[in-house]
Parts: sequence; C-alpha cells; structure tokens
Amino acid sequence: MNATAPLTTTTPPGHGARADASAADPADAGPTACEHVPEACGNSAGSAQPPGVHASARIRAGHNGRTTTVPLLHSDGPFHLRRLRPRGDRARVSVIGAMSAPLGGDRLTLDVTAENHARLEVGTAAATIALRGPTTAPATYDVRLTVGEHASLNWLPQPLISTRGSTLHQTCAVDLAPSARLLLREEQQLGRTAEPPGLLSTRLTVRCDGRPLLDQHTLYGEPANAWDGPAVLGPHRAAGQLLVVHPRLDPGLPPLLIEDDPTAGHAVLAPLADVPALLITAIAPTSARLRRLLDTGLAHVLAATA
Amino acid sequence: MTRAALLVLADGRFPAGGYAHSGGMEAAVTSRDVYDAATLEAFCRGRLHTAGLTAAGLAAAAAAGHDPLALDEAADARTPMPALRQVARRLGRQMLRAARATWPSPGLDLLARVRPQGAHQPVVLGAAARSAGLTPLDAAQCAAYESVGGPATAAVRLLGLDPLEATALLARLTGELDEVARTAAAAAGRVPAEGVGALPAASAPLLDVIAERHAARTVRLFAS
Amino acid sequence: MHLDHPATPLSLPHRHTHSADALRPDGSRRALRVGLGGPVGSGKTATVAALCRTLRDRLSIAVVTNDIYTREDAEFLRREAVLPPERIAAVETGACPHTAIRDDISANLEAVEQLEEALHPLDLILVESGGDNLTATFSRGLVDTQVFVIDVASGDDIPRKGGPGITTADLLVINKTDLAPHVGADLGTMAADAEKQRGPLPVAFTSLATTDGIAPVADWLGECLASWRAGAAA
Repeated sequence: MNATAPLTTTTPPGHGARADASAADPADAGPTACEHVPEACGNSAGSAQPPGVHASARIRAGHNGRTTTVPLLHSDGPFHLRRLRPRGDRARVSVIGAMSAPLGGDRLTLDVTAENHARLEVGTAAATIALRGPTTAPATYDVRLTVGEHASLNWLPQPLISTRGSTLHQTCAVDLAPSARLLLREEQQLGRTAEPPGLLSTRLTVRCDGRPLLDQHTLYGEPANAWDGPAVLGPHRAAGQLLVVHPRLDPGLPPLLIEDDPTAGHAVLAPLADVPALLITAIAPTSARLRRLLDTGLAHVLAATA
Repeated sequence: MTRAALLVLADGRFPAGGYAHSGGMEAAVTSRDVYDAATLEAFCRGRLHTAGLTAAGLAAAAAAGHDPLALDEAADARTPMPALRQVARRLGRQMLRAARATWPSPGLDLLARVRPQGAHQPVVLGAAARSAGLTPLDAAQCAAYESVGGPATAAVRLLGLDPLEATALLARLTGELDEVARTAAAAAGRVPAEGVGALPAASAPLLDVIAERHAARTVRLFAS
Repeated sequence: MHLDHPATPLSLPHRHTHSADALRPDGSRRALRVGLGGPVGSGKTATVAALCRTLRDRLSIAVVTNDIYTREDAEFLRREAVLPPERIAAVETGACPHTAIRDDISANLEAVEQLEEALHPLDLILVESGGDNLTATFSRGLVDTQVFVIDVASGDDIPRKGGPGITTADLLVINKTDLAPHVGADLGTMAADAEKQRGPLPVAFTSLATTDGIAPVADWLGECLASWRAGAAA
C-alpha cells in the first residue's frame, strides 16, 4: 500500500464522523462502539479531561489442541477488528481504522495476546496518521503484545505517520515467554510528502521471561533536540525497526550493513545481546525506501533461519 | 567525600581509555555529515539528548546503589548494536581499573568479580561516583558531559577545528547538559518503585548505524 | 655494533595491582614487558620483527602494536608471520600514541593482560608504540623496561638533541648503521653524544640489513629477562 496516502477509513455502517464518536453520548457512536462502551469517553460536560477518544481494543488468540482460535476480538473507538482468512495454521486479524485517530487528546490502547502454542498475525489495513485534532494536547497510543510459551506473533502494522501540529506518544510493550517467537515491524514516517512532522515519541520495550531484551525511545520532530541532526536522523524522514525473536537464530551472527546507496537510506542487521534475536534498524528518506531496506534485511534473516 | 572528586572523575585526563574513542564523530566526519562548527554542535546536541541521556540515567542509578547487574542488563537492552556493546564493556573494564585504583571500595571489587568481561561503562561510572562519595546527579552530570566532551575533542583532532570554538560550543551546551542530568537523576529515583524500565532509553538511529560502519573499517584513528 | 654497558638491573618497585604487578593472581611471575618507542620510520616494527624471529624458538613471545591510523604494523607482523596471529594484538590510540603508552595506559594494559591470560605462560611481551616524537616514553606502570629506537638517516645530531626517550630509555638503539656512509652520519659522534646524554645507560648500534644485525638488542633483552627471573626467584 502507499504509506503516504491518507488514512482510508473503511467506515462500518452506522459509524458516524469523528464528531459523533466523541459526542457526549457514547450511544451515538454507532453499533460497533456500542458493543463495548469505552472505558472513558472524553468531552463530558464539567470534566477537566481534554477532549479526545479513550478506547481500548483487545485481541486474544489461543490454541485448542488442533488449531489457533481467536476467542476475543474486542473492537473499540477507532479500532475495528476483523478476522482475515488464516494463512496455514496462523490466524490473522486486521485492525481497520474506524475513525480518524489518533488526534490530540486521544487515549488509545491495543492489547494483543497470543496464548501458549497460538500462532497469530496482526496488521493494520492502513497507515496510522497522527493529526493535531481540536486541541494541542498529546495523544497516546499504547500497544501491548503478549506472547506465551511456544506461541508465535507477527505484529506488522502499516507505518505511523506524524503530521504537522500533532503530538503523539506511542508505546509498544512486548512480553515474551522464554520459548515465544516474534516478528515485529514498526515504521515511523515524519510528515506526509514535504510536510514538517509533529512531535512523535515512540518507545519500544521488549521483555523476555521478564528480563529486558530491547528498550528504545525515539523523539522526532520539533521541539525535540537535534532530531534532524547528524547524530539522530540527518536528512532522513522515515525510521523503522524489524525485530525477529526465534530460537533458531544464531546470536553470534556478525552485523550486516545494508547501505548500497547512501541516499536511499541505511540499515543494520545485528544480533541483540545473549538472546536468539535479530534487530534491523533502518532509516531512509521515504517510507517506501525504508520498507525496501527492512525487506532486504528480513530476507537475510530468513536465509539465516532456513 | 569531596565535591572536587567530581572534577577528578570528569577530567578528560582520567586514565580510563576515553581518549581513543570519538563517540561516532570519526564516522560522521568520514561520511562528511560533520564538517564544521555548526554540524559539530548539532551532532553533540543529538548525542547528548539520546546516548548521553541514556548513559546518564544508568550512571545515576548505579550511583544510587541499584543492583549493577540489573542495570548492566538494562544497558544491554538499550544498546542494540554489538559494536557499541563491545565498546561500552571495554571502556567499562578500563574505567573499573582506574576507579579501583582511585576510589577502592567493596562495591567496585564485587563488580569486577561478577563482570570480569566488563560492565557497561555508564554503570561502572556510576559505581565509581558512589565509591568517591558523589551523588546520582553528579554521576549523571559526568556521563552527560562525557557524551559530548569526547566527540568535541575528537572533532578538533579530525577536522582541525579551532579548539576555542569547540570549547565555546561545550559551554553553550552546559544548560542542556544540566537539564539532561536532572532528568536522568530523577528517573533513577523512580527505579525502586518502577524498576529499570523507568530509566531513559533514548536512542539515535544514525549513531547506531555509523557505529557498526566504523567498526567494519580497517583504517581509522579512533576505536569508536 | 657494541653494547657499551651491561644491562642495568631491573629495579622492582612496589606495584599496585591495578597496573604492572610483577606477580599474576595465581602467584606465578608474569612475562617481562618491554616497550619499544621512537620516531616514525626509525625501524621499530622491523626491530620487533627481527627480535621475534631471533627469540621465538627459545621464548614464548607476544606483541602489542599501537598504530596511529591503521592496523598496519599489526598487519605487517602477521603478514611476515613473525609470530602466530593470536600472539599479536593491536591497540587504537585516537591520534594520541603517546597518551596510550604514558598518560592513559589502560587500553595497553588490557591488551597485555589479555595476551598473558590467553597465552600463559609467556616469557616476553613487546609493546611497540605508535611512531611519535622524541618526548614519548612509556609509563613504568605499563612496561618493566623500555627501548628507544632512532636511526642514523634522520641525522646524526639526534642523540645530541636529547629528549626523554633518548636520555632515559633503558636501551637506546641507533638503527640503520649500514646507511651511515650514504647519509654522511658519523657513528662516533652519535656514540659520544649518546653517552653524554645517557651516562651509563647502554646504547646498541644495529643494522637489520645484515645477518643477525639484531643480536645486540636480543642479547640485552636476554640479560633483562635473566634479571627479571632472578627477581622472581628472590
């Protein structure tokens, strides 16, 4: 898909415009949102809360002894969850944007669990676009991924795009059981074409058996310090990571630089400390080039695990 | 326990191996991303608020007496590049040798025993600060200063920049340096309640990429 | 080709464990550490290579190089196969070769200790400095004894100029004596100036172009090693 395209909202019937969703009466938000009343909905009269959507969506996959099932699919707010046809024995779920989000003041949570032995892939149908919204208040978007023993999770969302005037704090917290497998891709694009970005903070925390495996926090866009300088992003406007945790990976693999054409970006594929995990760190001028670097890196990883 | 111990610890002449490392500056100069005082300043500010902040948090937490092994593990998680982990441990060993000679303590001896291959340098720096009777904020300040002092000195050697200009740049950064140290020390104060996840994990993709590129070069002046 | 004076007995001052303790943690005596310094192009690496070739059958040797910009010296020694590659370690000096051997010896100490650990028992570790100026000397925390290498082609007035390397090194090597007639260098003047600067400290004239040209240095090292081991027995 074209990551620079605006969020395509495949709005389900009855789903009103954003103004409805954040209206005082949650019942107006439409049937999908009504299935599960949001834990908190901003904009209520007399509240000190800034306006914004508070939504918490959940996905839980289990294994019934024969195959992976998805007993819990809890759509909420901008997250409309849809089952896709399984690929082999891997269940698949797509997160579809049901409204423009995140906007300033939004509090969004997405919780994904792959229980023991389950095999699950979760993606998003379109890029997630952080917009300024009615206030300059920051939005938060927290993703929690939990992967049980011998379970496998692919978390492959489309890019997160920071647009002018927006402030978004995104976190992705991953908890892995010792035998869990993970394929995670996170991409950030700073501004749409020729647009200066808003402020985008992302924190990726991966723990395995309770111990920290990877902890990275990035802060891009004004007024972050020197984010476009020669130590952080330089001229690049897309950044991303691809993490593979798999018992067959060799932690002694030598690091690999992927930067045949420096103007097209740089990537490094390298093992994390003491665990069978490989991380690809990439930066590029555009999302499309970033994706190409991550795909090239992934091809090397797959070759190494074959 | 004296304030002047901070001057000894932060002195570039403290014999802990720092002179042979440029903090990514040599790689940035080689790729022509840093070529004058303005690009040097942007590099230093970027490094201060990313790698510097992260190192300052680890150093402050170690100076506060938190479990150095848990902090070392947290440092690994915050250092995804093998080249940078290797450099951090090598400098950690060198710092530990110097610290045990200057401010001997059972804490430093223990660290040497449990991490014979070296702990991450900021963790050792914090433990050294503690041994010298300094505070977590002192340790954070020292780590933050190191994160820009090293690259600035290296740039003077690599680019033939006016050393007065480079030092003026460091002086201009002192306000931000204090702020970074305060943030780091405050985060270290939350470790007992929230665990090592409370510590800053600020990262910079270009620093990571150029570190691996530099490690792969055979012709170079600085080890990192 | 003369050795003016017998090797000075090595003094064995009390060493703090953080640098050059004479004993290993297990109580055994560690290898003798010898520094080789001197200006660029005087023949330090050639001297190290010649010493290795002469002594490697009798002694267990390792080398640490301090290259300035490349790992060329280490590469040269490996290519020439004067020692197996695992016996050669390279230290990077961040454009400050004198710092690495004098003011902040931590990286060199690391390299020396790692070689000692990996190759125990070692008799001799040669630490070659990066080519520097006449003021560069080794810290006594890093080496037990040091050799300063100059050559006749750089001018026969170098010994007269002095400097810490020339005046205080345990052995001064004046290399490339075979070139003396071609560059108009007077070896007699050099010897006299060296003695004026160094008093009783020994001077060796070498020409590595001749067979066994390294002998004066190798012999001196042999005496140092004997004295080091005598210290161990005492």
